[in-house]
Amino acid sequence: MNKRAVFKSRWLPILFALPQLLLIFFFFYWPATSVLTWAFSLEPAFGGAGDRLFVGWDNFRDVFADREYWQSVALSLVFAFTATALSMFIAFVLAICVDRQLKGSGIFRFFYIWPYAIAAPAVGLAFRFIFAPESGLIAVVNTWSPDLWNPAKFGSHAMILVIICFAWKWIGYNFIFMTAGLQSIPRSLIEASSMDGSGPVRRAIDLQIPLLAPTLFFLLVLNLTESFVGPDTYGIVDLTTEGGPNGATNVMVYRIVSEAFQGLNYSGAASQSLILIGLIMVFTFIQFRFVERRVHYK
Amino acid sequence: MAEINIRNVRKSYGRTQILHGVDLDFKSGEFVVILGPSGCGKSTLLRMIAGLEEISAGEISIDGTVVNNLEPRDRGCSMVFQNYALYPHMNVAANIGYALKVAGVPRAERDRRISETARVVGLEEMLDRKPAQLSGGQRQRVAMGRAIIREPKVFLFDEPLSNLDAKLRVQMRVEIRRLHKRLSATSVFVTHDQVEAMTLADKLIVMNKGHVEQVGTPLEIYHRPRTRFVGTFIGSPAMNFFDSTIAPSGKFVLLDGIQIAIDPVLGRDNADNAVSAGIRPEHCRLVKAGTANSVPATVDFVEELGSGRNVHVDIDGTIFAVSGDESQLFETGATVGLQLPSEHIHLFSRDTGLRLDDAPALKHNTNQSTVAA
Repeated sequence: MNKRAVFKSRWLPILFALPQLLLIFFFFYWPATSVLTWAFSLEPAFGGAGDRLFVGWDNFRDVFADREYWQSVALSLVFAFTATALSMFIAFVLAICVDRQLKGSGIFRFFYIWPYAIAAPAVGLAFRFIFAPESGLIAVVNTWSPDLWNPAKFGSHAMILVIICFAWKWIGYNFIFMTAGLQSIPRSLIEASSMDGSGPVRRAIDLQIPLLAPTLFFLLVLNLTESFVGPDTYGIVDLTTEGGPNGATNVMVYRIVSEAFQGLNYSGAASQSLILIGLIMVFTFIQFRFVERRVHYK
Repeated sequence: MAEINIRNVRKSYGRTQILHGVDLDFKSGEFVVILGPSGCGKSTLLRMIAGLEEISAGEISIDGTVVNNLEPRDRGCSMVFQNYALYPHMNVAANIGYALKVAGVPRAERDRRISETARVVGLEEMLDRKPAQLSGGQRQRVAMGRAIIREPKVFLFDEPLSNLDAKLRVQMRVEIRRLHKRLSATSVFVTHDQVEAMTLADKLIVMNKGHVEQVGTPLEIYHRPRTRFVGTFIGSPAMNFFDSTIAPSGKFVLLDGIQIAIDPVLGRDNADNAVSAGIRPEHCRLVKAGTANSVPATVDFVEELGSGRNVHVDIDGTIFAVSGDESQLFETGATVGLQLPSEHIHLFSRDTGLRLDDAPALKHNTNQSTVAA
């Protein structure tokens, strides 16, 4: 007896898959192909999709010749690496603390995960309030000395602000994976190392980091790509600094979106997108090629 | 070399008590084996000595220093774990030498001591291998090497042989004993295997349900089990028991209507008491049915051991195991006689499970442990 149910109908499976197919088409294939066409053509002077002129690599030449563009690339790199390092480091410390089952760790485990569930713009908004130099919770530092903290004026402060926002949100995500990874390390190994005389820090360096390496590597790739191109970066920058002051937080994703939809320079934005995708591919390749080799898989 | 004193130590998780007040003293250099069924609290006790488990109440001291609040590394103990707990990403040399590395011992000296230790545990050829590339016995050796390199005052073994196959277990048992002779550090070895316990121990501790049932040399415990539990737990096949009441004359107990003589002095003192009488399989004798002083029994089944055989006989529903010698052949279903020599009969109170002729010890011990019947 054949127990498998066979659906003869052809349109039924297509109908079921349709919502997903439409989503993929409208939000991936369509934009992707138009980015490709925009990147190699010149936008008509008065906008619109009419008679676009194919210009080959001219758009890219323009982008590469722009000094501001290179500044944006540099900012993105600084942002991506610092934010990744910060959020992974803090998440690791928290995960280690929770793993040691110190008092109340159950409750903290619960709370640490929350930030990830909050949308990036909301995070940005909350932090804008906290870090507003004149009226935020941090305003008190400016009473000690004027302009000790002023992200609206100093580019470095603005960069710190967006990095903190991003790290804060991603700590929760990293924390989940690290906690799960730490819990999969047999308890007896930790006990053996404490019999061998190692304290919590030593144990973390000698045992937990090497044994957690696969997880850490995965998170490293993910954090770097997310901070480099992720929607969170855009949302946070948009809500806190809007790329300023004076372009100090004008990271690549933010620049692309604002050029495309505020500057209406579709051609430039499209070519920048392609460059960004290329960069991400290079990044990921480097990581898998050189970092993964040093990762100990059990 | 260190003395360990355990005073009224208790352990509870929430409202569940695991250890109900344990008092023990281990002499310096002694090989102590803690034996008990799983869940009796033996491993918990060991881990409390190691510092891996908090002490809920009472006091543990090593060499006169109370260690209750000391970190494991400050107690001078090293431990061999049941699953070896080797660091999977380090090779054998790094595993063995990790304690020295943490302690900041200079590289040259560390290497010297690693190779010395590797020689002691027979791993000189394996120093570059990772634990995953080793067999069970070799991993066990690495774990032991890691324990001895620190030259600890106390060795703790948490069922270290239970993951090995039978042959290797015998071999490692001998090696552990040899190692102890050589290092003469106080050793505490936890196991549920009575053969390991009997062969290794200078001092044997039998635990059950969070209480210490008996402390003594293996032979003392074998020949004079203080409680019915100890009698059942040690010896293979287990001690045979039958419930009876001591005759008013104090001279015998009845088994299936037949009088079994007992020690008259003991019987006089406990006349009319309800007892559980025990006798080890090797002390029972099988004779022809109808022989004087024998209880009629039916052969239930026979286990061949090569060196002898275990004959299980049925007396009115109670099964007795008898270690028979090779010369006697019994057919299943045959009727035989079972003789129980009075000098080998152990009498336990049916209420408390305590041995009847253990009166002085009984007084001394009842306040620290109540005994499961």
